[in-house]
Amino acid sequence: MRKILSVADIVTESENRHCTISEIVIEREQKLHEAGRKEIWDRMAGLWEIMKQSMVTAERNPARSLSGLVGEENKLLVEYMKTKGTLAGEGTVQAAARAMGVAALNASMGKIVACPTAGSCGIVPAVLLTTAEKTGAGKEKIIAALFTAAGIGMVIDENASTSGAEGGCQVECGAASCMAAAAAVELAGGAPAQAAHAGAIALKSVIGLVCDPVAGLVEVPCVKRNAIGAGNALLAADMALAGIKSIIPLDEVIGAAAQVGRIMPDSLKETAEGGLAATPIAREIARRLGVTK
Amino acid sequence: MTIKSVFDIIGPVMIGPSSSHTAGAARIGRMARSILGEEPKSAQIYLYGSFAKTYKGHGTDRALIGGLMGMDADDSNIKTAPELAAKHGLDVEIRTGTGLEGTHPNTVHIYLTGVSGRKVFVGGSSVGGGNVLVSRINDFDVAVQGRYPTLLVEHTDIPGMVGRITTILGGSGINIAEMRTARNEKGAGAFTVIQTDQPVTEKVVTGIAGLPDIITVSKILPFREVI
Ligand code: SF4
Repeated sequence: MRKILSVADIVTESENRHCTISEIVIEREQKLHEAGRKEIWDRMAGLWEIMKQSMVTAERNPARSLSGLVGEENKLLVEYMKTKGTLAGEGTVQAAARAMGVAALNASMGKIVACPTAGSCGIVPAVLLTTAEKTGAGKEKIIAALFTAAGIGMVIDENASTSGAEGGCQVECGAASCMAAAAAVELAGGAPAQAAHAGAIALKSVIGLVCDPVAGLVEVPCVKRNAIGAGNALLAADMALAGIKSIIPLDEVIGAAAQVGRIMPDSLKETAEGGLAATPIAREIARRLGVTK
Repeated sequence: MTIKSVFDIIGPVMIGPSSSHTAGAARIGRMARSILGEEPKSAQIYLYGSFAKTYKGHGTDRALIGGLMGMDADDSNIKTAPELAAKHGLDVEIRTGTGLEGTHPNTVHIYLTGVSGRKVFVGGSSVGGGNVLVSRINDFDVAVQGRYPTLLVEHTDIPGMVGRITTILGGSGINIAEMRTARNEKGAGAFTVIQTDQPVTEKVVTGIAGLPDIITVSKILPFREVI
């Protein structure tokens, strides 16, 4: 059993075998657990059910976070779209609303699936549901796309990290956006190489993003970064499907993110000591919430 | 070198907002309950480091209480656990502490009393990604992660004890993955932590409890990794 260390390997293998990236990831997972395909598939299908549930809950009962800092952004955005239309387009706005809804659900102690983390949990489900609605892809295809997302996420995790405390938000919301972009391409019927380009374009656009949660809570800027992460993923997927290539291949983008993560100061890695967390208003909020004196 | 699974990337299913401050806290609470081995009646919880600073916004207190009531990290009741605890007659006191330099930033100390009056102290940390480490049980230094079925045996520190315990396990076809015995400062007591490959049955627990020189036996169920 080998680690999945490069996206290029997965893409080459799927091209040689004329299959999707998800196929390669599923087979590897079967070997890892010495399990049948059905067992692996059903487990992912179960996770998708919970993701869907989290989107439904967030839409029907948008909740405020424990601190009261976030919540109901999704409702505002959807209402605006319905009454006034949108500049970014319905799909993008819908996905952004869903991503924020799930992220706010997380902040209000709702049930979510970490993907890859709790802070970035809204991006992948929102992008996949919205893409499936647009392309008419069914549940089976969505579940397959989740394996693709996870396969890309695994390469990020092995070569960089998927923890904001280790690598900044570029490897939380950035990783989620990258995973979602690649998975959306597969869901829309794009080729494996296009999926990798989409992931590369998405991650390149947020490389260097720091983890600077206000008062140390997974709320500000996390919830809105889920929205932008979803929009970023959809745009990157569109670009790749249009035939636009990333000059820097995804593996090298991941390597660069790892390097940036290493030299990123600790104050910008979840410690709430720098970036947005160190702004005057953030300090005031932290004092008000009793997090600092 | 552990090989990752896709379910390390997508998953776990959890109650937000934070894998370390919420999911991990619920797991420590649940482990403390297992270590007590009975329904808890009162709990004094001391939070340290980042737990002490941000517990309200992360629901760390709710998650710990939920865990003490037996909830898993994905139990939607965690959000209202303090109210449920009050209804169930579980008396909880939350305090924040300082000091403890050198320990993990997300550390909690729990003094737990059960319905029978049994008392236990559990010290643990949430070490990231929902993973936890219980490092202190009463006056013993231990290292329990709760990923495997775990058997905890407090006994008098005399030769042959460990052999008798493992014989009972072996007799029931339970394979030992890892075993460690800790002694307390006084030197009289010993605490053996055994992680097993197979679930520990009640028969094994009563079998070991029936041995001479055994003080307490409890077991910890592994976390549900699968949804
Ligand atoms: S800012 Fe930090 S805590 Fe918030 S989503 Fe990004 S990495 Fe996670």
